[in-house]
Amino acid sequence: MGNLKGDNSWVEVAKYDDLPVNSGKTVRFKDKELAVFRLTSGKILAIENRCPHKDGVLAEGIVSGEYVFCPLHDRKIDLTSGLVQLPDTGCVETFDVSVEDGKVYIALLEKSEIAAVK
Amino acid sequence: MSQKEKLVVIGNGMAGVNTVEHILKLAPNQFDITIFGSEPHPNYNRILLSYVLAGDSKVDDIVINSYEWYEEHGISLYTGETITEINTEGKTVTSDKGTSVSYDKLIISTGSDPFMLPLPGADKEGVIAYRTIQDCEYMMEAAKNYKKAVVIGGGLLGLEAARGFLNLGMKVDVVHICDAIMERQLDRTASKMLQDSLEEQGMNFLLSKQTEKILGKKRVTGLKFADGSKVDADLVVMAVGIRPNIQLAKDSGIEVNRGIVVNDYLETNVEDVFAVGECAEHRGIGYGLVAPLFEQGAVLAKKIADVDTAPYEGSVVYTKLKVSGVDVFSGGDFNDAKDTKAIKIEDEFSGIYKKVVVRDNKIVGAVLFGDTSDGNRLMQMIRNETDITGFEKSAILQEPGANAGGGSSVADMSDDEIICGCNGVSKGAICSAIKEQGLTSVEEVKNCTTASRSCGGCKPLVSDLLEYTLGDEFDKSAQKETMCECTDLEKDEIVVQIKEKGLSHVREVMSVLGWKNEEGCSKCRPAINYYLGMVHPEQYQDDSTSRFVNERMHANIQKDGTYSVVPRMYGGVTNPTDLKKIATVAEKYNVPKVKITGGQRIDLLGVKKEDLTNMWEELDMPSGYAYGKAVRTVKTCVGEEFCRFGTADSMGMGIQIEKRFERLNTPAKVKMAVSGCPRNCAESGIKDLGVVAIDGGWELYAGGNGGVKLRKGDLVATVKTEEEVIEYTEAYLQYYRETGVYGERTSEWVDRLGVQHIQDILLDEEKREELCARMDTALSVLKDPWKEAVESEKIQKDLYEVIEAK
Repeated sequence: MGNLKGDNSWVEVAKYDDLPVNSGKTVRFKDKELAVFRLTSGKILAIENRCPHKDGVLAEGIVSGEYVFCPLHDRKIDLTSGLVQLPDTGCVETFDVSVEDGKVYIALLEKSEIAAVK
Repeated sequence: MSQKEKLVVIGNGMAGVNTVEHILKLAPNQFDITIFGSEPHPNYNRILLSYVLAGDSKVDDIVINSYEWYEEHGISLYTGETITEINTEGKTVTSDKGTSVSYDKLIISTGSDPFMLPLPGADKEGVIAYRTIQDCEYMMEAAKNYKKAVVIGGGLLGLEAARGFLNLGMKVDVVHICDAIMERQLDRTASKMLQDSLEEQGMNFLLSKQTEKILGKKRVTGLKFADGSKVDADLVVMAVGIRPNIQLAKDSGIEVNRGIVVNDYLETNVEDVFAVGECAEHRGIGYGLVAPLFEQGAVLAKKIADVDTAPYEGSVVYTKLKVSGVDVFSGGDFNDAKDTKAIKIEDEFSGIYKKVVVRDNKIVGAVLFGDTSDGNRLMQMIRNETDITGFEKSAILQEPGANAGGGSSVADMSDDEIICGCNGVSKGAICSAIKEQGLTSVEEVKNCTTASRSCGGCKPLVSDLLEYTLGDEFDKSAQKETMCECTDLEKDEIVVQIKEKGLSHVREVMSVLGWKNEEGCSKCRPAINYYLGMVHPEQYQDDSTSRFVNERMHANIQKDGTYSVVPRMYGGVTNPTDLKKIATVAEKYNVPKVKITGGQRIDLLGVKKEDLTNMWEELDMPSGYAYGKAVRTVKTCVGEEFCRFGTADSMGMGIQIEKRFERLNTPAKVKMAVSGCPRNCAESGIKDLGVVAIDGGWELYAGGNGGVKLRKGDLVATVKTEEEVIEYTEAYLQYYRETGVYGERTSEWVDRLGVQHIQDILLDEEKREELCARMDTALSVLKDPWKEAVESEKIQKDLYEVIEAK
């Protein structure tokens, strides 16, 4: 991967070491709100911070492996695919994450916005 | 390869799509399938509409087949399109949008329309039916602006609509033409019992009322009845019955009567045209319940897929449902007649009523109210026309040989029989899921098949099916209260292992005890974290990632993701300084709502996560733990300091108790109260621990509960001094901490262990002292979490920070 700092579609959100392990963090960017998770495996995953069921904030859910449990009604959501696990259904948006030089970047900008930034 | 046959289905409801599902299983690649539906939704579970109305589910939750499902199976779906013409000669159908599709086989599953009474004024604004998602959405919207609804029709649908309105905060009258509600499913006694129970819930019934006219100018304002009386209404729902949707079939020259006439293979009089579900009429009968519709679908699917099938010979209809939380069952001819005799049990204390109707020594019908566990067995006896000449009559209503009985009744059921009426899951589907996926618990069956997920009424049957399917392998112990799906161990076993093996971390417990999910789940992790803290109060390092959000954040999460802040207010006693401080902080942080809680303190609602620690710092008051499985509050009455009836210092006693036990984690929340005399103004009778002053002493009540299941506390001890109150409370709470299952309230715990047992422990001086000593240790290490957060930058950053990315 090239230098993300120069690539406007990636937004720096945090230092990797600042993210608490096995927990979520709320990240706001423009009108978006994300839940960013640092898993026990070390991996970072990011999803939209709203459960499709009743808009629960997922950043505060209990994290288990690559899943998070919504704090409001315990929906189980796959952090990789964004899919709500059976027997419930639904899906949350997922975001690409990259870690470079100890910094966490998330693909947040739409293509049209990139053009505007440039 | 020959070209696929073209199958067209008119109607995207439960009957049609269920048939298609069967066909896909029987003949996966044989058909090109096209489905038309008038409603702009994928197939949804109409039975669960009442849950949507009640606010328990969203529309998406009741969708049975998502759009992806149609795509995966290569089905062309046209939603929001209504078929207006069937050309049976040229074998094509045409929609109102001009789409024309040809078919080799055609299934008509157009269902039914609600029957709208042709009353004067029925076309006014605010007069609707209750049948579709759209109706539901209309009702929910109306509830925001209007207060009073009237439902015409006291049948199942009407009562569900009425319950929905109650949940939406509206007043509701149910108008019924007969003098008894649900008269087609219940006999008089059961009907009256149901009515009483619904009246308690807040429904108002206007029986024996024939509606004559709907009043109002543009919008409905009320109803006028034939007897001249009137009633106000902002909204009128007609739920008087359904009418099979047959116009299309009729216009296309297909034989119809009340419904579309079909034979035992669901064939109409026109070749290659079939009808199924509520729109069909079989042997003169049209069915409006879900079970017959699934039975028809199973036969029709085999017929179309060209698989041998026994003919459909009609369904023996029975009703087994939950109406607003009440279990009712009826089947066969359940009304008394001249030539029938009945066996009855009527228990007004428990609200249970059972009746079996017998004609010529054969059981012909039954009604059950309150407890429907006999239902399936009785239905079997009705179907088999069991001769009861040799039976002990009073034994018919009891499960023969409590254990074996359950098993044998499910064994006699056919595979097609519907076990879960809410979600349409058959015995066959459950049994094969058990076998193929190796399921061993009701919970697993629920997660895998959705059976028992909605009203839960069929859980005993699912358990019987597990026993029946697994036979000797069925491990009764697997039915014990395991913590969750991650483990087969139950609480006591886990606590013993923690002690014996000296386990000290949540992860360690999960890995040493062979957890199936390496990192556990939202059920077991908080439980393990609690048990570890309980066993090793001094050494254990609390794992905040295993805490439920409220306990991790030390604030109560609200539905919009904000929090509520409740500072400690010992014994419900405050002072002007604290009140000013709370007021200042509430103003400074624009707290949208300030409320007095049931536990006599002040709740600041709607606080943003990032404001929490600053507010705590400025409040400089301890956390009230209004969010945790912990000691919450000690509610007090005024007591002898001011009250002319008071016999003791209840406020002082309450403050002492609250100061002693604040911050203590318990298996579930603990609410306490102290009353200064037996008038009991602090409601000590319904608290986890209630203290009541009597002349010369104090009474201690255990296991009371004013929540989901009301339970009156049991008197467990009478003591003389305030020191003894504290001592007995220490022993009681510590015993609960050690023996309670995580999540189990004291009301359940007292019932499980028995009042006598708890009393014996408390009165045993040696045991009491040991418990008090362990409580001492547990209390010695507790710190105020708000203060900790205010003093630790790391906690603030890890838990409360919100990153604003640029």
